[in-house]
Amino acid sequence: MKQDNKLIVNAGSAGSLQVVLAVLTAMGKDYPIPVLVVLHRNNTFESSLEELFASRTRLVIKEVEEKDAIQPGVVYISPADYHVLIEQDRTFSLDYSERVNYSRPSIDVTFRSAAEVYGSGLIALLLSGGNADGAEGMQWVRDGGGLTIVQDPQTAEVPYMPQQVLLRMTVDIVAPTEELPELIHSLAYK
Amino acid sequence: METNPIQYEELELLLNDLYKRYGYDFTEYSKASLHRRVQRLYTLDNFPSFAEFRYRLQSDSHYFRRFVEEITVNVTEMLRDPSFYRTLRTTILPILATYPFIRIWHAGCSTGEEVYSMAILLKEAGLLHKALLYGTDINPLVIEKARKGIFPVSQMQKYSENYIQSGGVKDFSTYYTANYHLAKFDSGLTGKMIFSTHNLVSDFSFNEFQLILCRNVLIYFERELQAKVFKLFDYSLENFGYLALGSKESLRFSSIADRYRQVGREKIWRKVHEAG
Ligand SMILES: C[S@@+](CC[C@H](N)C(=O)[O-])C[C@H]1O[C@@H](n2cnc3c(N)ncnc32)[C@H](O)[C@@H]1O
Repeated sequence: MKQDNKLIVNAGSAGSLQVVLAVLTAMGKDYPIPVLVVLHRNNTFESSLEELFASRTRLVIKEVEEKDAIQPGVVYISPADYHVLIEQDRTFSLDYSERVNYSRPSIDVTFRSAAEVYGSGLIALLLSGGNADGAEGMQWVRDGGGLTIVQDPQTAEVPYMPQQVLLRMTVDIVAPTEELPELIHSLAYK
Repeated sequence: METNPIQYEELELLLNDLYKRYGYDFTEYSKASLHRRVQRLYTLDNFPSFAEFRYRLQSDSHYFRRFVEEITVNVTEMLRDPSFYRTLRTTILPILATYPFIRIWHAGCSTGEEVYSMAILLKEAGLLHKALLYGTDINPLVIEKARKGIFPVSQMQKYSENYIQSGGVKDFSTYYTANYHLAKFDSGLTGKMIFSTHNLVSDFSFNEFQLILCRNVLIYFERELQAKVFKLFDYSLENFGYLALGSKESLRFSSIADRYRQVGREKIWRKVHEAG
């Protein structure tokens, strides 16, 4: 059963890479929801991120290109130094505007845009990180009716980012690191 | 978080107004980014309602100018993507060197950093004396800045790193004079540049070029508008000329693609046939 009215966005900063990898691995090869990964990355040196991801999942890994149509079975990765936005027709747009929360890509920017398009079909997961990016975005996800999940700060390598969310709002799920892969996997079949 | 979001239908209304009133057509811009920019301006300028925002734009041409300045994304850098500039140095400039006169067009040049970067490369290749660089943008404010060639000193360290990575071997600081927090670029570079406003949506071709750069502009356009702009570039490019795009943009899906060949891995295409 393909679910293209849904999108899951995994977002994080410092300390989130291993968690993202574990989540992707647990998705298996038939995960029915398209996946977008937004990571703060340190520029061009990490262009091998795609290879790393590909080694851990059987889903197709693709760096977002402008106007790509969002498809299930694909894990899209935000390119370094562009914001990722989503159009009403469920294609990606890239934007080279000012940094937001010192970040480009900014998680806030993507969460908000995804919430506007996917509404209650959006699942937003915010992981470990050292800045406040993503906290406001989570509020947009909630207001749009989407599912909000944060990594339990107590189990996050860098707790600050998920903490900032919890200071602002109550989320649907706070999950410890080791439960996240199974949780995300199970959501697809609800 | 602003509490007064603009609806996409409202944005459409506004864009139609602006087209009728001022002849600027933003209706084929990618909506997600445009919406975000318009929303930002609306919130920044504290309009109590969308109706008042719309009315102000209809009735006040100065405010419309501000609108154009604010909704365009003018972020830019010198020698951004050093590997791109390295390819220009090693592969493209040696071929341009064989021409008696070199004309280059930077479409959507913003505040001009890209044009100054190119001038430095041309100078180091001994080609600047026979080159002319045209920089154009829809936003008049950035064009004024580009003409001055003055950039924040705080950026220079980054630019100098880009410069070295792009294959530069000089001391980057010889290209500008620093004065407090500003760096003024050498007038020898500026002398070879012509800056002017030009709207890619509605304005025509104005010359024939051997190289056109349009980087990080097409990401803001929908497919049909991209197609129109590619035709404009194709028309403005000499046979065997080059078209350079931003690192996330491509000619691949365009109707002119079959007459162009990509140069290596960079986003540079060479025109190999004239339109039939
Ligand atoms: C992100 S900047 C790119 C600057 C530079 N080329 C670079 O890659 O760093 C995009 C520029 O495109 C300009 N632009 C947007 N719409 C345009 C149009 N219709 N015609 C000409 N320029 C346009 C904007 O004003 C802005 O300065």
